[in-house]
Amino acid sequence: MNTMNTTVTKEAAMPDETPVPVQEERPAETIIQEGATVGTPFADDPKFKLRNVEVFYGQDRAIKNISLDIARNEVIAFIGPSGCGKSTFLRCLNRMNDSIDICRVKGDLHLDDENIYDPKRDVVELRARVGMVFQKPNPFPKSIYDNVAYGPRIHGLANRKSDLDDIVENSLRKAGLWEEAKDRLDATATGMSGGQQQRLCIARAIAVSPEVILMDEPCSALDPIATAKVEELIAEMSESYTIVIVTHSMQQAARVSHRTAYFHLGHLVEVNETNKVFTAPEHELTESYITGRFG
Amino acid sequence: MPTSKENMYGDHISHQFNDDLSSLKNDFLKMGGLVEQQTTDAVNALIDGDGHAADEIRARDKVVDRMEMDLDEEATRLIARRQPAARDLRFVISVIKMVADLERVGDEAKKIAKFALTLAEEGQAPRGYVEVRHIANHVTAMLHDALDAFSRLDAEQALRIMKEDKRVDEEYQAAARTLLTFMMEDTRNISRCMAVMWVLRALERVGDHACNIAENVIYMVEGEDVRHTPVEEAEKVVGR
Repeated sequence: MNTMNTTVTKEAAMPDETPVPVQEERPAETIIQEGATVGTPFADDPKFKLRNVEVFYGQDRAIKNISLDIARNEVIAFIGPSGCGKSTFLRCLNRMNDSIDICRVKGDLHLDDENIYDPKRDVVELRARVGMVFQKPNPFPKSIYDNVAYGPRIHGLANRKSDLDDIVENSLRKAGLWEEAKDRLDATATGMSGGQQQRLCIARAIAVSPEVILMDEPCSALDPIATAKVEELIAEMSESYTIVIVTHSMQQAARVSHRTAYFHLGHLVEVNETNKVFTAPEHELTESYITGRFG
Repeated sequence: MPTSKENMYGDHISHQFNDDLSSLKNDFLKMGGLVEQQTTDAVNALIDGDGHAADEIRARDKVVDRMEMDLDEEATRLIARRQPAARDLRFVISVIKMVADLERVGDEAKKIAKFALTLAEEGQAPRGYVEVRHIANHVTAMLHDALDAFSRLDAEQALRIMKEDKRVDEEYQAAARTLLTFMMEDTRNISRCMAVMWVLRALERVGDHACNIAENVIYMVEGEDVRHTPVEEAEKVVGR
């Protein structure tokens, strides 16, 4: 607990520091109320409308009754300690969890009023609309050109070579990579730097004209300059896309997002304007986490 | 969320961060204590006609200035190295602002000491000292309480100081009117009464700075900026 030693000189004439009663440590579980997110989790006319979402890994309940709206063209950051469920929750948004056998998702998850988990739903089409960028850059072992052209080809977005060329150029431009890549489009993508590879992955995600881009710690493997470029890109992309970013860097959440959502032990504890979260958060667990105290 | 008092400075995973915040707090309180002393000493020097004490006060203002610069540097370093957020950020930002207020209080004390010297050299006790003593007691108590509210993170006490400010203004107006009558009685009083008037003005400013510190304490504790808002609004913030 508090051990500040107030060594004030006599001339300071401060009153005696009355000892503050030591509060008992309260475990986080007793502070969180399930399903009761503080702040502003809901939005008018949202892109994603998510209600009472629960995710199970076998018997383990990894996500506990989370309800959240994600607004159109907003950048929302998910933050929280490791294992809090932020990545699991992110992966529900384009059904990436489907690939995990023991994973079950419950609740209502809607994208533009369409049920994401409708059994008849075409998951490939869903993932074209909701693209994803991962922690480690994962370009295909192909040329830069083919990496970006891959999606448009399989989705049949370009009929002619010139159309495809346009898509590749536009996507690379939007990802801020055109100037660096235009003279070596045939070079293999794995020869690029980490930062370039990650921007290539973003270009690849953009190439199929998605509406939403999910980013799972997109900068954790990048150096500060590459990180700054990706963050700059996020700001530019927010004009055209809805962006959901999971990040371990609170400073990154503070820099790039409009709203910040704080997850803890599978609960969504607080969602608020990023400015508010980083200056005067409402929930004490949020406060503890972002100030670097024991949560 | 109102700040819990137990772990305003402590409890960080980084102990060094705890130490940095505590030492910023303690250094701020040291500066506050010195400035408070300067103000009291200056008023005493004036009333006692003690030119020697007045000289000392003016010299000691350099220490106050030095402390201001040191605290600013300490706070800047803390921001650069620790990137404080939420209550830590509010604490550091408030300290930076309150340090400026303390330094200005120091300047007002120096100003009073200057008049103390002039008036002491002229000899003979001019009128208006009762008013000076009265307002001085009032504003130094406010300053003391503001530093106390800072030290104990006591937003309610800070609110009481905000309310006091209006009374100081009224007392200042009343004292100014009294001095005006002295000047009208005998024009030979004018120059001395003007000096006393400046002292009163300086004290009234000390009250304003105490009030600014109190507003910053409320921001620090409650996370709401209550500057330029009516006291009733501040009351709602603190009463939540």
